[in-house]
Amino acid sequence: MDKIDLRVAGEAFHQFLINIGLTSGQASLVDWIFGALILLLMFIVLAILLIWFERKLAGRVQDRLGPNRVGPFGLIQPIADTVKLFTKEDITPTGADRVTFNLAPTLAVFSIVMAFAVIPFADKVIGTDINVGVVYLMAFASIGSMSLLMAGWSSNNKYALLGGFRVVAQLMSYEIPMAFAMLLPVLLAGTMRMNGIVEEQGQFFGLGWNIWIMPAVFIVYLTTALAEGERAPFDLLEAESEIVAGYNIEYSGLKFAWFYLAFFMNTWVLSAVATTLFLGGWQGPFVSQIPALGVVYFMVKTIIMFILFAWIRATFPRLRIDQMMSFCWKFLVPVMLVLFLLTAIILKLGLPTIVVWLLILLSNVVVFAGALWLLGKGLEKSKWASKRLFTPEIPRL
Amino acid sequence: MALQVIFIIVALFTLGSAIGAVVARNLFHAALFLVGTFAGVAVFYVLLQAEFLAVSQVVVYIGAIATLIIFAIMLTRSVMGKEAGSLNSYAWFVAIASALMVAALVWLFSVVKFDINPQPVPDDAIAQIGEGFVTAYVIPFEVASVMLLVALIGAIMLARERHQ
Repeated sequence: MDKIDLRVAGEAFHQFLINIGLTSGQASLVDWIFGALILLLMFIVLAILLIWFERKLAGRVQDRLGPNRVGPFGLIQPIADTVKLFTKEDITPTGADRVTFNLAPTLAVFSIVMAFAVIPFADKVIGTDINVGVVYLMAFASIGSMSLLMAGWSSNNKYALLGGFRVVAQLMSYEIPMAFAMLLPVLLAGTMRMNGIVEEQGQFFGLGWNIWIMPAVFIVYLTTALAEGERAPFDLLEAESEIVAGYNIEYSGLKFAWFYLAFFMNTWVLSAVATTLFLGGWQGPFVSQIPALGVVYFMVKTIIMFILFAWIRATFPRLRIDQMMSFCWKFLVPVMLVLFLLTAIILKLGLPTIVVWLLILLSNVVVFAGALWLLGKGLEKSKWASKRLFTPEIPRL
Repeated sequence: MALQVIFIIVALFTLGSAIGAVVARNLFHAALFLVGTFAGVAVFYVLLQAEFLAVSQVVVYIGAIATLIIFAIMLTRSVMGKEAGSLNSYAWFVAIASALMVAALVWLFSVVKFDINPQPVPDDAIAQIGEGFVTAYVIPFEVASVMLLVALIGAIMLARERHQ
């Protein structure tokens, strides 16, 4: 049986371009433009499907039906919403900083689309397998937070500005434990190439997945991903009850749609990164015989992660801002520092693979359990978790 | 050829942003121009095939430094559309110093012959950088981190609440 490889299709396309009279260089350029267009279209289609999916899921969790009027199961609802957003009036508030105001939504989407370039959908099916993949993702995440800051400032609105402040505080703080959580798989794989990390997890029929080796790191990644994706319980950036809507309060019509799109696709990218770094990416049974199966495995794992994020968003209440900050700086960062140090030492010992994995697993469990125990002790002692910043005085009758 | 066109476009963008960062009357705009300059420099690194340096540039300069600068501006000024002059009483002094600096650099570049010997980038460039940090260049690396630690402690000392 021939190998069903998506690469073959790409090579056939390349050959076709050369046959119709392009030079090899020009054909490669057309290849790249074509690949970029596929990624871009996938971005839009995925976004529409995921928005429907999450609304439906949240509806079920909260004992509602969710969208069910337009099309079968309400599937056309996101398209109807998009058409509605198209027809809305595009308002720029007076006193807004026009250029910055218009640039911010574009940059927000740009930062997410760029992250698509390094996500390995299957073996060799990746925009570009650069050798700094993981840091590249961090770089574009930081451009994303910059765009939200620009939106908050340029809107000439106090609530938007407060939302901007919260963006900086939250996203920059949670970037630190997230960077550690992303670096530990890199440390184990010995490469920052996304595909390299996936390949490294293919050993021992799925036991090599990083989620089995470093479960604590996976949990920390999940937590920080919730914060980076501005999702409940970390959705303080757009807390309706506190700051109306946050940085996007003044945006209407399509510009708001861009932010909405960026928000949803950010969650998808975070799920895809979790799949790549911890769930073995495109690895699965028979993937070496039929490489195209990798896309299916990758998408299934990513959707499972997405469901997890949507589930958490639908069920958890919002944290208070001081709780959020202390949780990051007093819990996640120290835990990750200790884990990073221990993992680096274990890897330097030069033991056989299985022993290294077991030692890392042990260190994960011990450190995380110890940290949780300390956290519990601290909470019991200080009771800060239940203390209000402002305690209203209730007159005694 | 294509590389040269890209280089010229990026160079013009970077220089334009740098000038904008100096002359912008709005402090927030100046900071945004600074971000543009950083991004332009990152593209230069990409053109030189130094990918790690490029992404580090974006992470450190745009992700951390520029965001902190903007945050500081937002916290310390009344930020809603206040325009401040970009010159103060030190303007002439700075102008002379910059002119001297440019002259020195031009003289330096015309005198020193740089040994340009393009070689293919090694595959394990990142591993080599990492090893360099903890072997040959461990002292500069540690000194830099101690300096950052001092800055951190200083910031905490400045910002802490004073108890009686």
